[in-house]
Amino acid sequence: MRIFTAVFAIASGLIVLLGYFFPNQLEPLRLFLVDWAVIIAGMAVLVGVANLAFVQMEKIRTRQKNGSYSALLVLSLIVTFGLGLVFGPQHQIMRLAMDAVIFPVEASLMAILAVTLIYASIRLFRRRADAMTVLFLIVAVLFLLAIMPTPFGPIPGDWIVLEFAGMFSRGGARGLLIGVALGTLLTGLRVLFGIDRPYGGN
Amino acid sequence: MSVALSIIVLAALLLIGLTVLRRRSPAVLRTIEAYDRLNRAVGLAVESGRRLHISLGRGNLFTARGGSALAGLAMLRRLSEQTSLSDRPPIVTSGDASLAILSQDTLQSGYRAAGAEEQYRFTTGRLTGLTPFSFAAGTMPAMHDENVSANVLIGDLGSESALLAEAADREDSELIATSDNLSAQSVFYATSRDPLIGEELFAAGAYVGAGASHEASLQTQDILRWLVILAILGGAVLKLLGFSFQ
Repeated sequence: MRIFTAVFAIASGLIVLLGYFFPNQLEPLRLFLVDWAVIIAGMAVLVGVANLAFVQMEKIRTRQKNGSYSALLVLSLIVTFGLGLVFGPQHQIMRLAMDAVIFPVEASLMAILAVTLIYASIRLFRRRADAMTVLFLIVAVLFLLAIMPTPFGPIPGDWIVLEFAGMFSRGGARGLLIGVALGTLLTGLRVLFGIDRPYGGN
Repeated sequence: MSVALSIIVLAALLLIGLTVLRRRSPAVLRTIEAYDRLNRAVGLAVESGRRLHISLGRGNLFTARGGSALAGLAMLRRLSEQTSLSDRPPIVTSGDASLAILSQDTLQSGYRAAGAEEQYRFTTGRLTGLTPFSFAAGTMPAMHDENVSANVLIGDLGSESALLAEAADREDSELIATSDNLSAQSVFYATSRDPLIGEELFAAGAYVGAGASHEASLQTQDILRWLVILAILGGAVLKLLGFSFQ
């Protein structure tokens, strides 16, 4: 069975990859396999949500710390899932769940994130006091000053910061992204050759 | 199109050739402080009876972000093998359903390889949320409540990773963090002791002893990077001399 899954995964991967280079011969088969993958990914979401519910129910059953939050999560999941099945995702009640719960909670977390980042920047010197840390913080502060809205309009000379420091940061970002792309390519090849088998065949 | 195919074929040939070579003589890798700390943290987690928390991020396998997720899974495979006999097995969190299923499968493979498959519990591989902030909100309690000694954040994460780094700091647990996302990399630069930048994420397998192929993969990356640098410099010189690339 393990050999079968490995052969199937490697063959599918090769067909999808080669389908981009030889569209006339392999395009229909590539699209067919991608369609399968999309359906499986849809089912994976259901399995994932079931896993989330099982983990929380296990917490309640074994009376772990903060089990009451788990109970609230499972209850909310059942109610939302039930209402979604009965009324459909576009119904007013479902939209209310998004507008009144999900969006405000995520916005609050975004606000906490802003404070967390400022706090982390302040503590950066305690963690690592070197020249790169100083440079990192100076550039971050200069960029913030250059792009933030002020009551007096743009800060004089903000374009110098955006152009000059931006030139270095754009160049650096491209360098990092090229490195990441090469890493992604090699990781993909390892999976394609069956060296890494994240589908349980290893 | 033919250039892309040539790069893939060259990378594949280099990977195969170097894997054969590395099986005969293992590579000498430069020291990366964060991976040294990770290897120490694995040993300490087993000895102290606390557990490892590995977060694989939200990398969807149907997008280009899937590469970092696969690199995270390769590292997870090795870590699960090393820590499966611990009193408290590692927990894995992710923000993508397919990735959560693969993490369970990878954990099980690690347990099987260590001869401890009966110890495996599917609840140790968890989906904690499907949006960036719900993923962070779902992962933080795991870092807080599960007696975690070290957190490994590896994969596609965004700025929400600051909340996870802060949670690790509050719990006074080790943090080894790396991502393919530039926002997350800058966050980790500010929040972790030894940040891993750029493609260092993809070196994870080689540094946790995942085998010759991972070392070969790292060397192939280095060779390709030098070729890219030469191509950029060559292109700049040719452009300066008046050659057109249209």
